[in-house]
Amino acid sequence: MAADFDINREMSKIEAPVISFEHVSKEYQKGIAAIEDINIRIYKGEFVFIVGNSGSGKSTLIRLMLKEILPSKGKVFVAGREIGRLRKFQVGKYRRSIGVVFQDFRLLKDRNVYDNVAFAQQVVEAPARLIKRQVPKMLSLVGLIDKAKSFPNELSGGQQQRVALARALVNNPVILLADEPTGNLDPKNSWEIMSLLEDINKRGTTVVVVTHNQEIVDRMQKRVITLKNGRVISDEEKGRYRYAKN
Amino acid sequence: MRKIRTLFYCLKQGFRGTWKNRVYSLASAGTITACLLLLGIFYFVIANFNHAVERAESLVGFTVFFDENTTEERILEIQEEIRLRSDVAEVIYISAEEAWENYKTDSLNEELSATFGSDNPLIDSASLEVSLNDVSRQKAVVGFVESIPDVRKVNHSDSIAESFEGIKTLLWVISIGLIVILMAVAIFLIRTTISTGINVRKEEISIMSIIGATDFFIRAPFVVEGAIIGILGSILPMGILYVMYGEIVRTIKEQFESVFTSMNFIDRTEIMHQFVPLALVFSLGLGIIASHMTAKRQIRKIELQH
Repeated sequence: MAADFDINREMSKIEAPVISFEHVSKEYQKGIAAIEDINIRIYKGEFVFIVGNSGSGKSTLIRLMLKEILPSKGKVFVAGREIGRLRKFQVGKYRRSIGVVFQDFRLLKDRNVYDNVAFAQQVVEAPARLIKRQVPKMLSLVGLIDKAKSFPNELSGGQQQRVALARALVNNPVILLADEPTGNLDPKNSWEIMSLLEDINKRGTTVVVVTHNQEIVDRMQKRVITLKNGRVISDEEKGRYRYAKN
Repeated sequence: MRKIRTLFYCLKQGFRGTWKNRVYSLASAGTITACLLLLGIFYFVIANFNHAVERAESLVGFTVFFDENTTEERILEIQEEIRLRSDVAEVIYISAEEAWENYKTDSLNEELSATFGSDNPLIDSASLEVSLNDVSRQKAVVGFVESIPDVRKVNHSDSIAESFEGIKTLLWVISIGLIVILMAVAIFLIRTTISTGINVRKEEISIMSIIGATDFFIRAPFVVEGAIIGILGSILPMGILYVMYGEIVRTIKEQFESVFTSMNFIDRTEIMHQFVPLALVFSLGLGIIASHMTAKRQIRKIELQH
């Protein structure tokens, strides 16, 4: 039987990159490519924006990294290991090393803030004492320790996204994927979330943010990968937002 | 420790899901109840029928007659030869004298008997009465006996054996047919129940999947739900059948005493001991298999949607 996939162990063997797309194409329907011949390398500790208009293939990249879908062509490597080759029983363990936040927060409405964060540890069968230690730590990190007993509908959009961030971070992921994390937030809350993501990145987590928010991208001066019609049209260190119209 | 915690989590979620989805859960359990009631009724009829056949089998047999001048020694030799077969229960030797005495007692009055004096008109009627372990083996045993040298004639009735087998087969076919139809209805309802539960928790399942929960962890609460439905569905019919069996047997014995005078029913405790494990395996198996298959398919769909 193949051994469980342990991303920390795998990463200790290699220097970089932590995420690598090699000539990756994905066709949902025959002949219609969502992404085509993508070559991207993201290194450990980087903060990367992926930008592009609707239908440019940004979400496909996220889904490929999560192994929700498989590429039609090419290979996706995470920590040096081709994730397409992961067996079904290894996928769960692999995903525990990747935190994800979404535009619509995806919180459980019938559970309070504490339980939403604890849920992420319960489902990976973490010991109760670890949950008791980790959840308050994460809630403090995102500044919501005083809202532990509140339910999602009692929180603002920004606060809900911070709960989602705490949930994504509670299992100590090596990579954090954020799919339009500020899409439903006002500018003030958007900046609070981005500043939290920056803090998380400074602690060593590789952060990949898919966004439409030009102001944030331009002001943060991070690496920017721009997609258009499923292809990478630019990849710049300390880049700016290039809105690539069709 | 981790496994125990996971087990408790799955059990808790299973009970929670059953309660949340109680209308569908009760409908599914109700169909299993109907299935088990039918299964129970047919099981009781067939078990009692088998019981009666077993009793009858010990009575059903055949008589073997021999050629003229066959010695008693030779007849006893043949008796031993037949007795050694595994499908033969008993072989009784009836000498010519005994046959005549029995005939006189059963069929002649004293006056008529006296006219024969010491003559034995059945001098060549020594016989062997053979009874069988299994009525379905009658044809084979008769064939064997007929092939033994010095055997003149074998008196037997195939129709009793054949009709017993025919009725048993008919009862099985009817019961299996009805149970298959009800099982299909039960599976359909369990699938609907589990699918509804999964749809209600769609968001939770997609989050669990992305966070890194194993397939087992996501699926197990729904299988627990199926098992609960199975157990719920089996409690009521077992109670009903327990009471009903006792009452029916008592009524038959009271009302139809003359017809069923020789009918011997299986004891209620004994028949329930046979039926309860069968019912539990049936209902739990149905609940677990149907819910497992549904959960597997529906959860895969949700994973692909997100």
